[in-house]
Amino acid sequence: MRNEERFKTLKNIVKIYLPEDVSEEAIEAESNFTSELNINSANLVDIVLDVEDAFHIKIENEDMDQMKTVKDALYIIDQKLLNKA
Amino acid sequence: MKKRVVITGLGVCAPKGVGISNFLKTLQKGESGIAFHQELAALGFSCQIAGKPEVTPAILEAYFSPLQRKGLSASGIVYGVIAGMDAWADAGLQKAAKEEPDWDSGIVFGAGTLGVDTFREAIHLIDANNTRRLGSTTVIQTMASGISAYLGGILGCGNQVTTNSSACCTGTEGLIMGYERIRSGMASRMLVGSTSDSGPYVWGGFDAMRILPNQYNDNPTLASRPMSDSAAGFVPGSGAGALVLESLDSALKRGVTIYAEVLGGAVNSGGQRGNGSMTAPNSAAVQGCIKAALKNAEVHEKDIDVINGHLTATKKDVDEIRNWSEALQRKGIDFPYINSTKGIVGHCLAASGSIESVATVLQLKEGLVFGNQNCPDIHPEILACIDASKIPQQTIQYQPKIVAKASFGFGDVNACVIFKEYPK
Repeated sequence: MRNEERFKTLKNIVKIYLPEDVSEEAIEAESNFTSELNINSANLVDIVLDVEDAFHIKIENEDMDQMKTVKDALYIIDQKLLNKA
Repeated sequence: MKKRVVITGLGVCAPKGVGISNFLKTLQKGESGIAFHQELAALGFSCQIAGKPEVTPAILEAYFSPLQRKGLSASGIVYGVIAGMDAWADAGLQKAAKEEPDWDSGIVFGAGTLGVDTFREAIHLIDANNTRRLGSTTVIQTMASGISAYLGGILGCGNQVTTNSSACCTGTEGLIMGYERIRSGMASRMLVGSTSDSGPYVWGGFDAMRILPNQYNDNPTLASRPMSDSAAGFVPGSGAGALVLESLDSALKRGVTIYAEVLGGAVNSGGQRGNGSMTAPNSAAVQGCIKAALKNAEVHEKDIDVINGHLTATKKDVDEIRNWSEALQRKGIDFPYINSTKGIVGHCLAASGSIESVATVLQLKEGLVFGNQNCPDIHPEILACIDASKIPQQTIQYQPKIVAKASFGFGDVNACVIFKEYPK
């Protein structure tokens, strides 16, 4: 999967968790999930589960702690897919 | 000074009665919300029929955002949110603005169980060593107060937001709790109601107790027979009812429609003493509760025009009629009209008190007494106590002034509330 596609897949996962007043266009590589996209921190575990399902990987608690921004998430996904391959 | 309390909004999500106008039609015509459920038959239930509100995907989309719908399996939340949001809108109230809650509005929304199906999914995952896959909503979908938490967030209520639980008394008890809060000046508006989820894992325990009818699986609409000589047990139901209670001052200031006034009410327990037990009410307590409600409401026994009973369609219906008769000191032709909503929707358990209170208030508003279903053969011991004409078989035109609604629950707990017509 190319980087562009991964970003698109992640964006599709994340958009459902956005509050009503944050638009899908606001999701950028540098966006912080909680402080910028205003996603409820409780929903971060749901995003992790959706990412696991979409990319067929397993994200550990310590990975989740590192996952502050969209870019962080993409990096973790990259690493997991590399390790898998 | 004590505040007068009125009802300014109604909402309901009942079997064959999702939304007030549908519910009213069903009650007026005496249609049945009871249906056969293959799911129950496949699991070998004795009683394979139940009352379940029909919530279509379009209705779900109208009340829940895509995020709220994700993994939503607690039917108690679905029913409660539909009824609660409807009642709020019916009262002409808005959701609170984004930055600040409405400090004068609160919620008492009761539940018995809320999301047994969600619990089941969680149990399967946990037993498979997969707890990490539960997601973030298992707790809010299974905690008893999930429904008041959900509604509190949607509406932005800043006063007391809580869930009560007292078995089949829950809805009527919650109404009285909200009434007391407004009466004492601690809130201006209280959304009161209750919800009960659906399905085999909710109803199985009752089937095991052999207190549900098993001979009507082919004729579900005939199964719920309150006050009938052939009553064979209660038909399990589910759903939610909701009412907006408001101080008269606040309602007049807002210039909204007033459905009825809540004159007062009472709750008590028989302590599982005398003829009371975990599952049967102590008659002295039932009568004491009715009398205390009258006293609290400052009305005389002879003032009651209509009773909406608990009347579940078991042999206990006879005891209930005797208790009303003795508490009110009225019998034969002097007894008030009496009906049971359960002949139509079944016994909606924790939701019964609120769904039936909505039905009771609709009678005051519409000038009707809804007909009793499936009791052409009134139990002879009931007929020995009250006149047959007081148990209307069809809906009749009659404008009651004062009506009483009671609910009794497992644990030997009772609640009785008195409503009065509010002159239009």
